[in-house]
Amino acid sequence: MNVLEVSDVSIKYNGHLAVDRINFDVKEGDLLGIVGPNGAGKTTLFKAIIGMQNHSGKIKLFGYDEEDYQPLLPLIGYVSQKVVFEPNFPATVSEVVSMGLIPEKKIRKGSALLKKCGYSWNLLYHKVGKDSDKVLESLKTAGLESLKDRRIGDLSGGELQRVFIAKALVKDPVLLILDEPVTGVDVDAQNKFYNVLKKINTENKITIVWSSHDLEAISKLANRVACMNRKLFFHGEKEEFFSNKELLKTYAESAMQMHMHDHG
Amino acid sequence: MTLEILGYSFIQKGLVAGVAIAIICSLMGMFLVLRRYSLFGDALSHMAFGGISLGLFTGIYPLWTAFIVSVLGALGITRLRKSTKISGDAAIAVLLVSGLGIGVLLISATGGFKVDLFSFLFGSILLISFEDTLLILGISSGIVATLVALRKQLLHMTFDEEQAKVSGINTDKLNYIFVVLASITVITSMRLVGILLISALIVLPNITAIMFGKGFKKTVMLSISMSVISVVSGIILSYYLDLAPSGMIVMISVAMLVGTLVFKYVNVIGKSQDIQKTI
Repeated sequence: MNVLEVSDVSIKYNGHLAVDRINFDVKEGDLLGIVGPNGAGKTTLFKAIIGMQNHSGKIKLFGYDEEDYQPLLPLIGYVSQKVVFEPNFPATVSEVVSMGLIPEKKIRKGSALLKKCGYSWNLLYHKVGKDSDKVLESLKTAGLESLKDRRIGDLSGGELQRVFIAKALVKDPVLLILDEPVTGVDVDAQNKFYNVLKKINTENKITIVWSSHDLEAISKLANRVACMNRKLFFHGEKEEFFSNKELLKTYAESAMQMHMHDHG
Repeated sequence: MTLEILGYSFIQKGLVAGVAIAIICSLMGMFLVLRRYSLFGDALSHMAFGGISLGLFTGIYPLWTAFIVSVLGALGITRLRKSTKISGDAAIAVLLVSGLGIGVLLISATGGFKVDLFSFLFGSILLISFEDTLLILGISSGIVATLVALRKQLLHMTFDEEQAKVSGINTDKLNYIFVVLASITVITSMRLVGILLISALIVLPNITAIMFGKGFKKTVMLSISMSVISVVSGIILSYYLDLAPSGMIVMISVAMLVGTLVFKYVNVIGKSQDIQKTI
């Protein structure tokens, strides 16, 4: 079943075309890696999927058109590139993760829609029952048990990213969208994060759309790849992408230019 | 000696109303401080000053006009911020000076400052009537109940507005409810410390509590406790020292903040000396 279908989507952002007639789909259980340089329109595209950006073309979730899929939006887990929060914010890791819980009423509305289209929602965390148990379960999945009572401002960048993943996981998302989640995080923290990502995709069977510059990680973790820079240049199986030398070269060049631009 | 003063009905009323106000200011203030709206209370109270002057000018009960003017001002500024990209602090400045401007104009038209106005400016908790005490208790219970009911959404919006929106919270509506609650809190609390000192009750206990490095629930409880302690001890001390209760309450809150800062500083120095010894 297609969890997500993007057809002919174009997005104007600040007067220019940030996304130009993009088509791709995401199947149940996929871990789709989206690659593309900075400013390629990845974030803008993600915002359109979660209903926060006007666009032309069609986006479908579980086969539902946009006007019908609104009740499914709260069931999507979205982790943005950088979360800006007050550094002194008095909240512990568990408290932040529990912010991700959604009210029973919204869960029921969403599940009714999913049932109608025949999708068997995993309900992994909902089986657990109590809210506090769901939070604990997500903390375990993200490897944060030992940090649960730490104040959020005391964490490192890598730990913070895992907190936001746990916050997105606590509602047992039907789709997890991660926008360059390891930007500015050290290698060790990145590896920890990739392990978590693999686990939630294979063990928890959560469908994931993940944008990243790390081709090596994508080659290890993703099963499908999309390559975009305003337009979509490739969408298909990972093996196909990594065996296409020309595509890889183009991507590597644009990544290099970006690197020079960032550090030059 | 303390028991004796608790026998006076004006002290009893003052303490009951004061504790209720301490609780709502601390609760509301936590969200205001964390959203970097610390001076919003000040802006609202200056709008209220305009409203009070309007009341005195027209002969309508000043607290009603204060309430209407500050709610309208707060809603207006929230809208203005959304549609014009005026930054938060500038929006607060606009609200503050317009309230004060209207106030000064109307006062000059009414014939200068009167005693009534002074009690609004500096608070008059010991002069409130039994009915006022009941009203303050009723309003405070309503505010506490609303905040408890909305706590999850409010906390999420305060932490990360975008994520709150993505998870299905109607942040526009919640923002409007929030500013109306803040306006009601300010108007209700004016009787305790007055227009000019209202920010102290909203800001001081919260920034002191945040410094203890605890989680959200514990920080809120700490802030409420500190707020209640400063109000109760402020009222009692001011009676014995024959000083203004509002100033006393505020200065006790300031003392708590300074005390916590010193304690933290000494602790840090102590720890670094311990580390040096081990090296």
